[in-house]
Amino acid sequence: MSFQLICFYAFAAIAVGAALAVVTVKNPVHAALSLVLTFFTTACVWLLADAEFLAIALVLVYVGAVMVLFLFVVMMLDLDLEPLREGFIRALPFGVIVAVVMLAEMLALIGVRSMDIVAPADPAAAAGLSNVEWLATALFSEFLLPFEVAALILTVGIIAAVPLTLRHRKGVKAQDPARQVRVDPRDRIRVVKMAAETSAVQNGTLPNQESSAP
Amino acid sequence: MNWILDAYHWCATTFPTLTMAVGLFLFPMLPLIIAVAMYVWWERKVIGWMHVRMGPNKIGPFGLAQTFADVFKLLLKEVIYPSSANRKLFLIAPLWALIPAFAAWAVIPIGPHVAWSDANAGLLFLLAMTSMGVYGIILAGWASNSRYAMLGAMRAAAQTISYEIAMGFSLVGVLVLAGSLNLSEIVQAQAGAKGLFDWFWFPLLPMFVIYFVSGVAETNRAPFDVAEGESEIVAGFHVEYSGAPFAVFFLTEYANMILISFLAPILFLGGWLSPFPASWGVLGAPGWWWFVAKAFFFATAFVWFRASFPRYRYDQIMRLGWKVFIPITIVWVFVAGCLKYFGWVTAGA
Repeated sequence: MSFQLICFYAFAAIAVGAALAVVTVKNPVHAALSLVLTFFTTACVWLLADAEFLAIALVLVYVGAVMVLFLFVVMMLDLDLEPLREGFIRALPFGVIVAVVMLAEMLALIGVRSMDIVAPADPAAAAGLSNVEWLATALFSEFLLPFEVAALILTVGIIAAVPLTLRHRKGVKAQDPARQVRVDPRDRIRVVKMAAETSAVQNGTLPNQESSAP
Repeated sequence: MNWILDAYHWCATTFPTLTMAVGLFLFPMLPLIIAVAMYVWWERKVIGWMHVRMGPNKIGPFGLAQTFADVFKLLLKEVIYPSSANRKLFLIAPLWALIPAFAAWAVIPIGPHVAWSDANAGLLFLLAMTSMGVYGIILAGWASNSRYAMLGAMRAAAQTISYEIAMGFSLVGVLVLAGSLNLSEIVQAQAGAKGLFDWFWFPLLPMFVIYFVSGVAETNRAPFDVAEGESEIVAGFHVEYSGAPFAVFFLTEYANMILISFLAPILFLGGWLSPFPASWGVLGAPGWWWFVAKAFFFATAFVWFRASFPRYRYDQIMRLGWKVFIPITIVWVFVAGCLKYFGWVTAGA
């Protein structure tokens, strides 16, 4: 048994164990961390299959960004766990049905694929390029239109998320730098031109307030 | 020299995994730990000079052994667990911060294609590793069961994620011009007849600045160190840590700073390439000493910033990241594309 095969079985076992832990551990933070481990070991398995770009993208996107936000929310929610557990028996039949249907679909897919499709040679190796280069070339030439459409959909998603969460509350004391920059001194102070008052002092016609001050 | 290489080859072919593990310990881990100790000493010394003080000068010559004394003191201290802290995660958190910081060094080249892993997707690997370090901070804040630690963790996580975007975009510019994700090839792409002006800092000047400033923000260093703002939240995410786990957090922060200091020359300042024309003999020849000198400059700049700038307010940090840096980098990605498309900047000599 080669070292690579041992690694594969080890990673696969960890991935399955971590995936089971996601749905079985009691603490939601532990569950989220188990999901992180699942993603990471899956990325390791992909690395063994020479899919380096996909593996690193999985770590970068799901482990580095999505799961951090997940963890954030789970930590902030401070969940009360007991009510979540109550409906377990009631929801069990439905959950089992969904699981069985998914299993059947996956088995069918695997069966169809293994029946008539022989795995083609690694196209990257055939072209004499690295995995990343081949993927980039294919993505930006052959599949440019789907790529651009996907980018557009993501952009729309981002922009949609911003207006949905954008709320202007009254009475917030946040600074608006744009307004600070636009300030005109004339709005704040008024410079008044006045005649000098020397003549008034000489004539002794000043009001009495000044002499009465302590 | 030959017998060393022979012995290495024998080891590498007979016990590949063991050789890799021992090799990874000898380089980069052990030199990195020593470099961190020296860096802490250098930081205290430089800040001392900037404050017209002496800095550490009692233990060892020029106070050089001061950091080692501090490390041993920390390692021998008792680890105190906060009441109802999540003990397992409390101990895992510092390791989760440290391991990605070390793992990232696997792809750092010290010469043309001289790296532990001369991976084709080296830059992506680096991004993936640095993005994993934030877990250590979040977990530390949560597992401590402390308000201040939680606030610090939230700040650190939000800041790291925000500046990762600006950093990622500034790397896109480098990728467009270099045409490769391999760090060695990125350096080689900066070689050229114009010397200094063939390096990517020149066509990508705004991105260079944004990259380094984002790097300072990523590592939660002054002036962006609100995650551990002493005046507000005591020490932020590591407020409950003592002894060895605290030392690990300390090591992680400085290892990350050194990593950023080495990455900035690779990506923008031609790595081991010499700034002088090749006709200048030794001065014009590329070599690791140029690389180390450039990295040393950036490492000192971290310290310089800390001594010079007051801490940013939190909303100012977020504004800078999202409303200033990200728009500039998006525009400059377009500019970099034009530079490449019209052939104004060509990769390699």
